[in-house]
Amino acid sequence: MTETVVDNVLGLYNYWVVIFLMMTGFYIVISRGNLIKKVIGLNIFQTSVFLFYITVGKVSGGTAPIVAEGLEVYSNPLPSVLILTAIVVGVATTSVALSLVVRIREAYETIEEDEIQAQDETR
Amino acid sequence: MRGLFAAVMLMGIYSFLGASWMLLLDAPDVAFTEASVGAGISTILALATLALTTRKAKTPARRSPLPLLIVAVTGAALVYGTLDMPHFGDPEAPASNYPHPSYVERTEHDIHVPNVVTAVLASYRGYDTLGETVVIFTAGIAVLVLLRGSRKRRPTGGGGEDAG
Repeated sequence: MTETVVDNVLGLYNYWVVIFLMMTGFYIVISRGNLIKKVIGLNIFQTSVFLFYITVGKVSGGTAPIVAEGLEVYSNPLPSVLILTAIVVGVATTSVALSLVVRIREAYETIEEDEIQAQDETR
Repeated sequence: MRGLFAAVMLMGIYSFLGASWMLLLDAPDVAFTEASVGAGISTILALATLALTTRKAKTPARRSPLPLLIVAVTGAALVYGTLDMPHFGDPEAPASNYPHPSYVERTEHDIHVPNVVTAVLASYRGYDTLGETVVIFTAGIAVLVLLRGSRKRRPTGGGGEDAG
């Protein structure tokens, strides 16, 4: 029983690190009212997904997937490919989110969620 | 944390540490991209937004325990879900065996690029990369449209022209 527990802790810690980061981002998104902080939280959440894919692709004893003489074991290149695309798309969506924040600030003179809602109710 | 400047800087440091971990996990291409795009361009965009808005965040009025509870429950459910996942670095994991890994050896013969990530990105999945550039183009247009309608006609540096 204890052996399987230790085995699981050693074998699954990468997922747990990812879950911790993901929940940190999630907590920032749902608990903070400042819009820029929400964007930062989304960014952390997103990076945790990237790290999840990359840790899934790691193979023990492997090297980076660049074919060379004398190397037999390579880590999985497919997660890398998917995440390269995802990083760039993530920055594109972040830039849209930040420009929305700029527009909200121009319309409401604030980037705090509760103040924006208070202004909406009095309108 | 009240100062948003510090928060943005910490986000950049976090991205850079993430990139270092990716390098250790045998994904140098992803690490380079994360360090330049994630830690570089994202931080610059966030700083430009701070310049156009404000650097001070309001002190939160009340702190409810509900978000913490939701996060704890979700996290526990996710940890429970990992218990039958393949272990870290397991060569027998399904993710490393489908499609059959022999394409790694064939890549050099087919595409004449030793870096398999580049080969898959630019050749096998070339249409996917084309779609990615379409997404960036669309995002650039969205940023331009959003910032163009500014009432105050401030000099806008907040986004848009990001090189992907």
